[in-house]
Amino acid sequence: MARQDPVTATAPAEQAHRGAFSSRKVFILAAIGSAVGLGNIWRFPYVAYENGGGTFVIPYLVALVCAGLPFLLLDYAIGHRYRGSAPLSFRRMSRTGEVLGWWQVGICAVIAVYYAVIIAWAVRYTGFSVTNAWGADPNGFFFGDFLQVAEPGVGLDVVPGVLVPLALVWVAVLVILWLGVQRGIGAASVVFIPLMVVAFLALVVRALFLPGAAQGLEALFTPDWAALGETGVWAAAFGQIFFSLSVGFGIMITYSSYVGRRTDMTGSGLVVGFSNSGFELLAGIGVFAALGFMAQAAGVGVDEVATSGLGLAFIAFPAIISEAPAGTLIGVLFFGTLVLAGLTSLISVVEVVISGVRDKLDLSRTAATLVVVVPAATISVLLFATTTGVPILDTVDHFINRFGILLVAVVTVVLVAWVYRALPDLRAHLNVTTSFPLGRWWIVLVGGLIPFVLTFVLVQEVRDVLAAPYGGYPDWLVTFLGWGTALAVVLVAVVATLLPWSSRTPLDPPEPLTAAAGSRTDTEADR
Amino acid sequence: MNGPAIAMMIVSMLVIWGGLGLAVLNLTRFRGAEPEETIRDL
Repeated sequence: MARQDPVTATAPAEQAHRGAFSSRKVFILAAIGSAVGLGNIWRFPYVAYENGGGTFVIPYLVALVCAGLPFLLLDYAIGHRYRGSAPLSFRRMSRTGEVLGWWQVGICAVIAVYYAVIIAWAVRYTGFSVTNAWGADPNGFFFGDFLQVAEPGVGLDVVPGVLVPLALVWVAVLVILWLGVQRGIGAASVVFIPLMVVAFLALVVRALFLPGAAQGLEALFTPDWAALGETGVWAAAFGQIFFSLSVGFGIMITYSSYVGRRTDMTGSGLVVGFSNSGFELLAGIGVFAALGFMAQAAGVGVDEVATSGLGLAFIAFPAIISEAPAGTLIGVLFFGTLVLAGLTSLISVVEVVISGVRDKLDLSRTAATLVVVVPAATISVLLFATTTGVPILDTVDHFINRFGILLVAVVTVVLVAWVYRALPDLRAHLNVTTSFPLGRWWIVLVGGLIPFVLTFVLVQEVRDVLAAPYGGYPDWLVTFLGWGTALAVVLVAVVATLLPWSSRTPLDPPEPLTAAAGSRTDTEADR
Repeated sequence: MNGPAIAMMIVSMLVIWGGLGLAVLNLTRFRGAEPEETIRDL
């Protein structure tokens, strides 16, 4: 049987059975841990730089307030109102809704298997920072010596330098998730999130004192007012907010189902949303201060060194570490932060799958953790710890983000708002215990603006993908591993939906909270 | 750094980190009806 936390032992039976966060603060830290991931550090700075620099903050804030936070609160409302994993919550919302939940679970399973390998790279690079193992050629070292990248394909030539840290990452995930919601996810978040913020703050302070830092910040923040008239800039802002907040694919539904029924979710959501953006801004300052140093050292403009993603983390930063005074410190802080940010996000993604399996089959936490983590780790090793891992990772990541996360988000908001017409009930639920009451504007944003904007972004993505084969990879690779993965997730979701629920899992929605039930007496009875 | 860049950096910090500060303040001032067992740790 699953172990019970002493704190949750006195909680209502359902919470004691499924697990629960011991406090609002732990939930907030866990949610921040999920939202703040690799994208905050290596995606936001470049997106801001490319889309108007200083003026990007305007569409970014509009996107945060009008779409990001409302969508985050939608996820919170679904998980908190229906008290279950994504499949169970949607099943309780509507008999036909379950497939949405399994679609989200499938997306999380796919993301987990490749996300772990990037954390494994960061683990190795934390050590490499001490010895400057990449020498004078970080690019050649990363793709050649370290990853031993072969031609695009599917091979089984394992790279030991990746396999070992990848196995360690999965062991850490296994242990944290086996320990449960509070003692595993909650405790890890309470330790990792403050540590991550302190480490990154130290990195930013160090970067700000590098020669050329002002040049980098000038490149990032110089406003380009004409950019405000470009739809692409607004789409980039909404896309950044959407991908950054971890909304729409089950994580926040799962986490909010572990929170006490009387907890203020709207106030918590505001803190999580602004924390995520606050960290992104900090990352922008730190990254561009360091890029400014790199540009000055090379005698070129910042535009020639500015980059994002793998290129920023594993090629540009090693070059900075080699050149900068106290470069080892910068390296350890940077890659250590990547590891912590990645790990807290990875455990949230895997927890979505574990939670869904537990609810469907009524498995113990130990059994569900093993059933999910062991196969995921095996696939992760077989596909991504090999010489052919990088093209597969790149392709799967691109397609599952666009035609997995983005597509399921559009379908979800349309169904919840227009078919199930659940928004008034969800708004009423959030408003029972709230420090920030939601008006009808929330329904307008979730049911109107969000599907419209996300559909616009999705259509742009489809157009881009159809215009040219993604990444210049062979057609078969894009077709089978790109489109194929996105389609396979939907098919698996349909199959999972057809499987019967455990007879011990109640499928009726919990009684709605009422304002009268929020009295102190009822609250005490909740304990 | 040029003037507009400094101004936009300060505005970004004030709005985003100020928003975070206000969100935290809003949360801490709200005592609501959270069960005691969920606020006793940390």
